[in-house]
Amino acid sequence: MQMVRVSGRHRGDIRLYALSTCGWCAKTKELLNTLGVEYSYVFVDLLPQEELEGALSEVEKYNPAGSFPTLVIDGSRVIVGFREAEIREVLK
Amino acid sequence: MSDDEISGALVEERVKALRRDAEAGGYILNPDEDFVRKLARGICINEKRYGYPSCPCRLAFGRREEDRDIICPCDYRDPDLEEFGACYCALYVSPAVAQGKAPLVPVPERRPPRSARKSMGAQAGGVKGLPLPVWRCRVCGYLCARETPPLVCPVCKASKDRFERFM
Ligand code: SF4
Repeated sequence: MQMVRVSGRHRGDIRLYALSTCGWCAKTKELLNTLGVEYSYVFVDLLPQEELEGALSEVEKYNPAGSFPTLVIDGSRVIVGFREAEIREVLK
Repeated sequence: MSDDEISGALVEERVKALRRDAEAGGYILNPDEDFVRKLARGICINEKRYGYPSCPCRLAFGRREEDRDIICPCDYRDPDLEEFGACYCALYVSPAVAQGKAPLVPVPERRPPRSARKSMGAQAGGVKGLPLPVWRCRVCGYLCARETPPLVCPVCKASKDRFERFM
C-alpha cells in the first residue's frame, strides 16, 4: 500500500490512515501540516478495490474499530479520531 | 471515476436537501456551514462511487447489504446525538452543541467492528399470534404492522432495506 510522504520536522514515524471524504480526517491532516511534522498518509477509500481489505486489516491492527482517522506514531502510539489536544501534545 | 466530477451545484443541492430533511425531522445540522458542505460533498462522492450515499467518515465497500447501516443518515446517528451531542461525522448536532452550550467532542465509532458485523442482521423471531409482522425503521424507530416494510419510511424517508423485523 503506497503512502504519500509529506516532509517536515522529524518527530518519528508518523502515519495517518484517512478517508478522502471525511471531515475529521481532513482536520487531522491540516493539523499535521500546521504542526509542520514529517508524516505519511493514505486515503484508504481511494485505494484500488483489491488493496482495500489489506489496508483495513492494517488499520485494525492499531485500531480494532477500523475507523478513521487513525494516527500511528512509531508503530506504537495510536490516536483515533481528531483529538487535537492529544495530537498537539504528542507532536510538540 | 474522478471525484472532481462532483459539481458545486450538486453539493449545494445536497446541502439544501439535508437541511430540509433535518428541519422536517427535528434534527439540526452543524452550524459550521463549510464543514457541512465538505461532508455533503463526501456523501455525493460516495453516492456516485458506490451507488448509495454512505457515511463520508466511514469506509464503504460498495456492497449495499453490508453497508446498509452506514447509509446516511446512519443507524448510529440518534444514539450518538443522544450520548455525545453529535453524529459520528458531526453533520448532525444536538441543540446544546448547535447553541454552543456544549462542546463538540470526538465521537467514538459505535458501528461494530468488521468481525462482529458478520453476525448482524439477525432478525427477531416473530411473536406468535400477531395478525401481521411488525417492522422497525433502524434509522428513526418508526414501527408499522404490515406484510412487508414500506418502500420508504413515512417518517424519515429511509429506504425499505433499512427496516428490520421487530415482532
Ligand atoms: S455519522 Fe451517520 S448521520 Fe452522520 S454523516 Fe455519517 S452517516 Fe450521516
